[in-house]
Amino acid sequence: MNPIPPTSAPAMSDTLFALTLALLMLAPLAIAGVALINCGLGRSRSAAQALLGNLALAAVAVIVFALVGASFAGTLGAKEVVLHAAGKSWNVIGLGPFLLHGLGSAAPQAQLGLLFEFMAVAMAAIIPWGSGADRWRLAAGCASAAVLAGIVFPLAAHWIWAGGWLRELGANFALGDGFLDPGGAAAVHALGGLSALVVVWIAGPRRGKFPKEGLSLAMPGHSAAYVLFGCLLALVGWLAWNAAGAILWLHAPSSALPVTAVNTLLSASAALVATFAVTRFRFGKPDASLCANGWLAGLVASSACAGLATPPESLFVGAVAGIFTPLMVEALELVLSIDDPSGGVTVHGAAGLWGLLAAGFFSAAPGQLLAQLVGIAALLGVLLPLVYLLFALLNRVVPFRADPDGERIGMDLHELGGGAYPDFVIHRDESYR
Amino acid sequence: MKYAGLLVMPAGFFLTLAALALFADPARRAVFVLCGLAVEVLGLVVAVRGHMVARGPGRS
Repeated sequence: MNPIPPTSAPAMSDTLFALTLALLMLAPLAIAGVALINCGLGRSRSAAQALLGNLALAAVAVIVFALVGASFAGTLGAKEVVLHAAGKSWNVIGLGPFLLHGLGSAAPQAQLGLLFEFMAVAMAAIIPWGSGADRWRLAAGCASAAVLAGIVFPLAAHWIWAGGWLRELGANFALGDGFLDPGGAAAVHALGGLSALVVVWIAGPRRGKFPKEGLSLAMPGHSAAYVLFGCLLALVGWLAWNAAGAILWLHAPSSALPVTAVNTLLSASAALVATFAVTRFRFGKPDASLCANGWLAGLVASSACAGLATPPESLFVGAVAGIFTPLMVEALELVLSIDDPSGGVTVHGAAGLWGLLAAGFFSAAPGQLLAQLVGIAALLGVLLPLVYLLFALLNRVVPFRADPDGERIGMDLHELGGGAYPDFVIHRDESYR
Repeated sequence: MKYAGLLVMPAGFFLTLAALALFADPARRAVFVLCGLAVEVLGLVVAVRGHMVARGPGRS
């Protein structure tokens, strides 16, 4: 294990700096879109807690990342921990200054990279919140956001974006250009989706979701309007996010950005059309919430390959994401008893992994597919068990699950003392008869 | 069973790492990386099954 100085980032022109900064200012719209989707897919009696939770989790994640996470992510440089094995160096974690010391004097690209990571950690933290809707306590959600932002996300960010061993697979093992994830399909969405799976496992299903006999009980989201508006909002954020990622992590010139944006739009559009067709075929009518899930899955898949693929390839990537999303959401609930109200496991986890794989398929660089597979193996083999271990320990200190009374009266009244819609009539819940 | 599945997943990852470190031949390396991923998927399947909610009349 050797602390070594990091490699310096390439120089960036003032124009490109300003453009990237402007794009990153728009990226929070993606977070806002996902927050609205998380809220709309939950129940009305938990809507205020859901939306407040998105804000609170993002806030906690950003603070913890600023305090400690950014140091381990190593984007600002200083030192890194490098292991030597099999004649190669394996850069495993950053050891930069704590409390963002030196941010103002860092290279422009490093500063932008850090800003990108702040957006990314906020997004990664709120993805599991939608999956734990209607039973996950706010305090536990904030604690899990702190764990993600302080330990798990920095590991992924360092490996993928800050010269870590995954990024160096190309230099060390001649695997293409190393593991590529310009828009955060791995470090944000796959990590968030896998964390969502862990939350669903630990918190368990909502009361009455899986009765002793018969099919699972349908618990539809309370506002399709929130969900679909969230999809439109997310598109704006995603366009900016993918373009900023292409500049920062692929060093794409500004002339390549329109293609990146077109690819993002095509992927989401193809996914929506595919989900629309699948749900129309399966249920006789298109399903609004599943179509929203499909649209988001297309955006997530584009995070990996919008900066790398051609427009026809992006159409294909989105179409595949749109086909498997409704089928997987259904299978997880009906076959595997996974109660995931927002569909985060499928939309962010599975679609993120698919996008990463597709980026390898469509790359011309020899060995790129293998690099992407190694990255996926790291996500599944290291980060998922690590998240499970940390969340299981956390659950002993801050119980994830609200008490049965909280679920019955709704998380708004239970945790906040007031509902999101005080003038609305709350209907009797079939699951509590 | 759920913990066994979660322990199998890192084993698959180490198989993947071993493939990178031990083999220079791209084909052999690819086969072993795929084997590592297959082990991880197996572990995930076991973990998912271990977390499934018991259904049916026998459920307590």
